[in-house]
Amino acid sequence: MAIDPDQPIAFSRLHRLQWEEAQQKYVILYPEGLVELNLSSAEILKCCDGSHTLAQIIGELEEKFATEGLSHDITAFLEVALHNGWIAQN
Amino acid sequence: MAGLHKTDITPPRWLLAELTYACPLQCPYCSNPLAYAQNNRELSTADWKRVLTQARKLGAVQLGFSGGEPLTRTDLVELVEHARSLGYYSNLITSGYGLSEAKIMQLKAAGLDHIQVSIQASTQELNDHIAGTASFHHKKEVARLVKKHGYPMVLCVVIHRQNIGQMPDILAMAEELGADYLELANTQYYGWAHINRDLLLPTQKQFDQAEAVAQAYKETVAGKMKIYYVVPDFYEDRPKACMNGWGSTFLTIAPDGAALPCHSARELPGLDCPNVNDYSIEDIWYQSKTFNFFRGFDWMQEPCRSCDEKFKDFGGCRCQAYLLTGNLYAADPVCSKSPDHAVIGQAIAAAKATALAGEEKPLLFRNRKNSKSFF
Repeated sequence: MAIDPDQPIAFSRLHRLQWEEAQQKYVILYPEGLVELNLSSAEILKCCDGSHTLAQIIGELEEKFATEGLSHDITAFLEVALHNGWIAQN
Repeated sequence: MAGLHKTDITPPRWLLAELTYACPLQCPYCSNPLAYAQNNRELSTADWKRVLTQARKLGAVQLGFSGGEPLTRTDLVELVEHARSLGYYSNLITSGYGLSEAKIMQLKAAGLDHIQVSIQASTQELNDHIAGTASFHHKKEVARLVKKHGYPMVLCVVIHRQNIGQMPDILAMAEELGADYLELANTQYYGWAHINRDLLLPTQKQFDQAEAVAQAYKETVAGKMKIYYVVPDFYEDRPKACMNGWGSTFLTIAPDGAALPCHSARELPGLDCPNVNDYSIEDIWYQSKTFNFFRGFDWMQEPCRSCDEKFKDFGGCRCQAYLLTGNLYAADPVCSKSPDHAVIGQAIAAAKATALAGEEKPLLFRNRKNSKSFF
């Protein structure tokens, strides 16, 4: 599954992204399931608000962390996220 | 226990709230204790709220409202509301029996995240027979309504010898109902299923055929419907990592407030399961004898003790070891390294002989009358 560069990316309506105080990490919650996220994965998913495209998300994160060259890692992670149903495109 | 400190104990992530043993259905593989009818006391609404609050504080985030049939509790909506305010992801695990569209909407407004509906078979005749109650059409309607109101819809079908031949029809039914997830749960042989095992355990051939059909279907519905296939461990040669390790992840609270490391642990002798009316969840999780009983590896006997796979499967299931060998410290006999492994072959042979004989004895249904014969 590949990300459509022209479509905005939204977090799945059937999952919930949530900060867990006891574990000090973000988790994805879905029916009877739980995925613990590392910090960079959580940062990427938080940008999936249904209004930003792949290029915009990359730009936003490179600016936020004052770095370049995140394109490959972010794209690869979002493809996994799409495959797992954590994000969706219309 | 020796060598294990509080800092080594991981917090609970899962809370299974068995709100009640009351249930309009009579499934003969029910995971409730055989003697459930002995126990009529139920926690109050205030007790449950306290349990939810304390477990959430420790780290529990997935919450299952189960039973029995949780819909029989009149305070369900209030408990769902409380769970949502605490940040739980709450799952309602229901037969669907008695669930109206108004209730589905009310639960949604209260913050329920997901409803899992069980269906017993792909035909009305078999569904109603196994459930012990006419419920097939209502369950299908409930599944549609769950979907209509924007919940992720999970259909759960417990698989055994009487419905395993329906596998293609079960898959088609789930797709037709628009299930987001289909859980095909091969029966685990504890409690009522253990008593009825000769009538429920499929043959190896039936199992292999059904699994092949389900795995092939998985491909055709990829991206649309996720299929969880729970394997029947009698046909494996290594045991399951039961509960992800004792006291590591899962906390079950029984209707009367007994805290259990797994929903079947009550059947193990000498565990003295602590009650939430006497202790806090924190004390129960970290300090109680019950939750520390099988933590770590010091309790193990051979062949588990020196086995390099013990970090992966934790010696398998304690309840299964006890049920099938009489020794709760033994290796799970599903493991081919177990000296008791032959009991699995004997169970499979006995079930096959029962099937071949044709004149099957009747299933023992899960109801109060039958429960009373166990105490």
